[in-house]
Amino acid sequence: MTSEGSVLGMPEKEGKHVKLIIAAIKPFKLEEVREALTAIGVRGMMVTEIKGFGSQSGHTEIYRGAEYAVNFVPKVRLEIVVADALSDQVVKTIRDTAKTDKIGDGKIFVLDVEHAVRVRTGETDDDAL
Amino acid sequence: MKLQTKLAGLGALSASLFASMPVWAQEATAEATEVVADAAAEVVPVMDKGDVSWMMISSVLVLFMTVPGLALFYGGLVRSKNMLSILMQTTVIACVMMIVWVVYGYSFSFGGSTSPWWGGTAKLFLSGVTVDSMSATFSAGYVIPEYLFIVFQMTFAAITPALIIGAFAERVKFKAVLAFSVLWGTFSYFPIAHMVWDANGYLFMAGAIDFAGGTVVHINAGIAALVGCLVIGKRVGFGKDNMAPHSMVMTMIGASMLWVGWFGFNVGSNLEANGGATLAMINTFIATAAATLTWCAIEGLARGKASMLGAASGMVAGLVAVTPACGTIGPMGAILLGVIVSVVCYFFVTSVKHKMGYDDSLDVFGIHGIGGIIGAVLTGVFSAAAFGGVKGDDYAMMSQLWVQIEGVVITIVWSGVVSYIAYKLVDMTIGLRVDSDTERQGLDLTSHGEQAYHS
Repeated sequence: MTSEGSVLGMPEKEGKHVKLIIAAIKPFKLEEVREALTAIGVRGMMVTEIKGFGSQSGHTEIYRGAEYAVNFVPKVRLEIVVADALSDQVVKTIRDTAKTDKIGDGKIFVLDVEHAVRVRTGETDDDAL
Repeated sequence: MKLQTKLAGLGALSASLFASMPVWAQEATAEATEVVADAAAEVVPVMDKGDVSWMMISSVLVLFMTVPGLALFYGGLVRSKNMLSILMQTTVIACVMMIVWVVYGYSFSFGGSTSPWWGGTAKLFLSGVTVDSMSATFSAGYVIPEYLFIVFQMTFAAITPALIIGAFAERVKFKAVLAFSVLWGTFSYFPIAHMVWDANGYLFMAGAIDFAGGTVVHINAGIAALVGCLVIGKRVGFGKDNMAPHSMVMTMIGASMLWVGWFGFNVGSNLEANGGATLAMINTFIATAAATLTWCAIEGLARGKASMLGAASGMVAGLVAVTPACGTIGPMGAILLGVIVSVVCYFFVTSVKHKMGYDDSLDVFGIHGIGGIIGAVLTGVFSAAAFGGVKGDDYAMMSQLWVQIEGVVITIVWSGVVSYIAYKLVDMTIGLRVDSDTERQGLDLTSHGEQAYHS
């Protein structure tokens, strides 16, 4: 349990850094990715159904000859916060599992997280994960 | 089956018992014989309870086609912001037409006038109709209660204007749709129903075959739909925005209800539950199955995937085409009819319509209009014995074909002119179209103050 003071002070503590990994993947790959991440020790993630476009840039639907370009393709966005040390392994796991080798497999972004707090206990940073 | 055979046996037994009774009577007194002979000579019209039951069920089946069948079929095809507007227009048009029908529609169509163009005013407010009034069927000496005939025909008058709304879906004022339906019903539907189905009607006397309403219902509505989308114009964002159907599930449910309800429409048009009715029934199955398969096959060949919308479209096209034909063609003719109508309608809605650039939003003209014309014309061909139809050696195919074409042309011109004038009248008084902001926001909230779906 960290003291209240350190929340504001943000002291640099060795081994306490956490990363936010944002990944947009194909919806049907979600379950596979979740299993693989759980297997390497990821203990939580946030999942959102999103729409967007990248290089896949949509598809065409035809209704009685009327063609409609669907510009925003459904994807699933994962937000995973992990300790620094686990970050590279998470990225590799997502890449390996979500890959279909076809266009539109998605993107992964890794960001530094300033601070993390567990609501119930007040634990911070990687203790909060 | 065994039970039926036994009953038939009992019937035959009792018939022979009754037949033998006059013989005893003759032996008794000469006077009694005379009385019995007189009674036998006098033809008493027979009201068969089987016919009455079937026609009551048929009437309800046609209602089921409209609500919820047609409402869901069309509703699934629009964007979710306009779902309720379609359900409301279909429901309320049907109700308005039911009231109009008993007030003057029945009289204008079947009021007993000898005019070839309309039924006159003798039965306004159903005057003179009682529970004992009877209407003729197709078999001499067999009748059904007139109330039942009124109700059965009423369900046709209720669904036909509702068919039209698909052409200008997602952009019209609710009040304008209702006003147009009443005008169009009065001046197009009622006269054409008289012309085709009344014994004094112009096309009936000319010998046109329209068993269940290919001209009266489908061509009539299809033309009104085409004129409507031309007068009203395209939807805002047509050709740019994504206007894909919001629920193919609803559309499939609705199309299937149409198919089920169509047995009331087609088979009920026989007015009796007999062999002729079963011919209409098998044809309504077979033509529809063939048309559905054909549409799927064309899509499979043309673009590699058979779509649900394609199957539903083929289903409705087949039902439309077999409507005028179902009482006189045979099941093998029905297969050919189903194949042909899907080929033509597919080509029409996927190519011709897009080249011409008008916005018949739910393809009312492309499927009901074109499918109705194909059905009406080919009825003249497939009714011949050579194609398995019921018409015998004395059947003159070419002259029948000419009468069929005459019926189609009269309906196109009549409905076209009446529709154009009716749309213009409504536009000048109520205004046909909502403004573009309202249209973008969707008719559910702006016309009805509700939303179909809450997230």
